[in-house]
Amino acid sequence: MSEPFETLFEGEEMELSFGPQHPSTHGVLRVMLKLDGEKILDAKPIIGYLHRGTEKLFEKEPFPQCIPHTDRLDYVAAATNNQGFVVAMEKLLGITIPPRAAYIRMILAELQRISSHLLWLATHAIDLGAITPFFYTFREREEILDMFEAYCGARLTLNTMKIGGVPFDLPDGWVETCSDYINRLPAHIAEYETLLTGNRIWKKRTIGVGVISAEEAIEWGLTGPPLRGSGVKWDIRKVFPYDRYDEIEFEIPIGKNGDTYDRYLVRMEEMRQSARIVRQCLDRLPDGPVMARVPKVIRATEGMVYASVEAPKGELGYFIVTTEKATEPYRCHVRPPSFINLQALPDMVRGRLVPDQEAVIGTLDIVLGEIDR
Amino acid sequence: MTEDNGTRTPGDGPDKPDQPVEAGAPEEKKEPAQPGTAGGDEDDAKAKATAAAKAKAAAAAKAKAAEEAEPKPPWEEKPVAPEHQDATDDPDVAALNEALDGVVTSSDRFAGDPTAVVPADRIVEACRYLKELRGFAFLVDLTAVDWPEREEGRFDIVYWMHRFDDSKRLRLRIVAAEDATVPTVSGVWKTANWMEREVYDMFGVIFEGHPSLERILTWEGFNGHPLRKDFPVEGIDTGAAIYPDVYPPGGGPILEGEGGEEAAE
Repeated sequence: MSEPFETLFEGEEMELSFGPQHPSTHGVLRVMLKLDGEKILDAKPIIGYLHRGTEKLFEKEPFPQCIPHTDRLDYVAAATNNQGFVVAMEKLLGITIPPRAAYIRMILAELQRISSHLLWLATHAIDLGAITPFFYTFREREEILDMFEAYCGARLTLNTMKIGGVPFDLPDGWVETCSDYINRLPAHIAEYETLLTGNRIWKKRTIGVGVISAEEAIEWGLTGPPLRGSGVKWDIRKVFPYDRYDEIEFEIPIGKNGDTYDRYLVRMEEMRQSARIVRQCLDRLPDGPVMARVPKVIRATEGMVYASVEAPKGELGYFIVTTEKATEPYRCHVRPPSFINLQALPDMVRGRLVPDQEAVIGTLDIVLGEIDR
Repeated sequence: MTEDNGTRTPGDGPDKPDQPVEAGAPEEKKEPAQPGTAGGDEDDAKAKATAAAKAKAAAAAKAKAAEEAEPKPPWEEKPVAPEHQDATDDPDVAALNEALDGVVTSSDRFAGDPTAVVPADRIVEACRYLKELRGFAFLVDLTAVDWPEREEGRFDIVYWMHRFDDSKRLRLRIVAAEDATVPTVSGVWKTANWMEREVYDMFGVIFEGHPSLERILTWEGFNGHPLRKDFPVEGIDTGAAIYPDVYPPGGGPILEGEGGEEAAE
C-alpha cells in the first residue's frame, strides 16, 4: 500500500485487543493486533480461554468413557471427533469393525461434515455482511440435527460411536428420511451459491484475501480446506482410508490461489461430495451386526498409536499411549486441526485491513473448543 | 417333555452342539419308549415323532458346526492387538542412521508405524535431514509423554512427520530429563512453534532457541504444568482471585455464604 501523496500526519502505531468477546472471532479467540490506522502490521492470537484440560481427563477415564469428552472438542462436529478416537482405539486393539457399522459411521460423519460446513457458511457470511445465507443454511442444518436426534437422541454432543462399531442400528424410516434429504441437498447448495458465488461484494471481500501458498501451507501444517484451497490434493479419507472410505467414490476439490474465495469454493464442493458419499453409503448399506466382538473391559497392550480422520476442519488425530493391561490411556493427545491452522493467521493477515482479518478467521473455520481443549 | 428336549437341544449348546445331542438323545429316547411298549400304539407314535425331532435337531447342529468351521469374519474374532517389531529395516530409519552415523539408538514398529529413538541433542540435525533430504515436509504432530518414575529421563518428546510423495509417516522420539533443555525444531518446521509452546505449557519442557517460549493454553504465571503426572486432576489453587478487592484472598464467593465454612472443611 503505497501512499499516493505525502501526508502531513505522522504514522502512528496502536495496539488493539481484538476479542475475546468479539463476535467474529467465533468463540473466545483473542488477537492482539498491531495497527497502523486500519492496516494490520502484526497479529498475535492468544488462546486458552476455553481450556478444560480434556487431555488430562482422558487419563482418568476408561477407554469407552473418553468418547463423550471428544464430543466437546469440536462441538459442532461431534461425530467426526468420536470417529477419530474410536479409529485410533481400534488401531491400538486390532479390531476390525463390521461393514454395516462402518457404513453407518461414514453416513454420520459425512452428515456431520455437511452440518459443520453449513454452520461455517452461515457464520462466515454474516462476518462479511451477508445475513441471508444464515437463514437458509440453518434450515438445512436443522434437518441434519433432527436426523442425529432420531439416531442417537442427541443433537450436538452425539457420543454416537463405540470402540468396535456404533451403539445402535439405524431406526425405522431413518434411511428414507436421510435419502430424501440428500436428494434435496444439492439444490440447496446451488441456492447458497446463487447468493454468494457470483456476488460482487462477496468476491471483493474474499478474492485475494488471506492468500497462503502451498509451500507455506505445508510449512505451517495446515490441513483440511485451508490446505486444499492452496492447491494441495490431500485428504485423509483418500490417503489413509479408515472405516470403508476405500470403497466409496468421491473427488477431492482443490483451489488454485489459496485465498479466501478458493477455500469457500472448496468447502461448497466438499458438501456436494459428502452428499455423494452419503448417497453411495445409503445405496450400498450392508446388513449384519453393528458391533464387533469387543471385550467388556477393554485392556490395551503397551504401545503408542496415532490415527487420524478427516474432520470438517482438517486432520484430526489422536495419539494414544498405553501401558500393559491398562484400562485407561496413559496419555491421549489430540491433534486439533483448528489449533494448527490458526497458527498461520498472522502470516495471512499481515499488511491487510482489519475487516480482512474477519474474513480470514472465518475461512480458517476455527472452533475454540478444539483449539483450547 | 421329550419334545421339549428335542427342540431345546440345538439352542442349548451353540458352541459344542454335537455332544449333548449324541450323548443325550439315545437314552432319552428309550425312557419314554419303555412305557410306550407296555401302554399302546399312541406312545409308540409319540416316540417315533420324538426320534424324528431328534434326528432333525442333530442335522441342524451338524450344519451349524460346519458353518462354524468356516473362517469367521474378522469382527467376530477376538481382536488381536498389534505387536512390537524391529524397524531397523525401514528405509527411512536406516537412511537416517547411516547418514548421521548411528544416530538411531533403537527403533520400533507398532501397528504399522515406525518409531526411531534418537538422542535429544541431535534432534534438530535428524529432523533437518529428514525434512530436506528425505522429503518429510510436513510435521503432523509434536507432543510429550510424562514418565515420572523412569530412570533414563522423565519425558518422551514425540515428533510425527509426513511425506507427501508416498504418504509415509515416521515418528521420532527423544528422551529428555526433567531439568534438561531440548533444542527447538521450530526452525525446521514453522508449525512446531505452537506445538512446542504447548508442550512447554503442559509439561514444563524448555525448548532452547525457541523464538517465543510462552505459555499458550494456561496463562502467564500459572503455577505448575497440568499434564505432568504429579499434577492433580482436580486442579490446584492457582492463587488467582477474580475479585481480589471484594473477597479475601484464598476465599471466594462460595465460602462467604451460609454453611460455607463447613462445606470447605
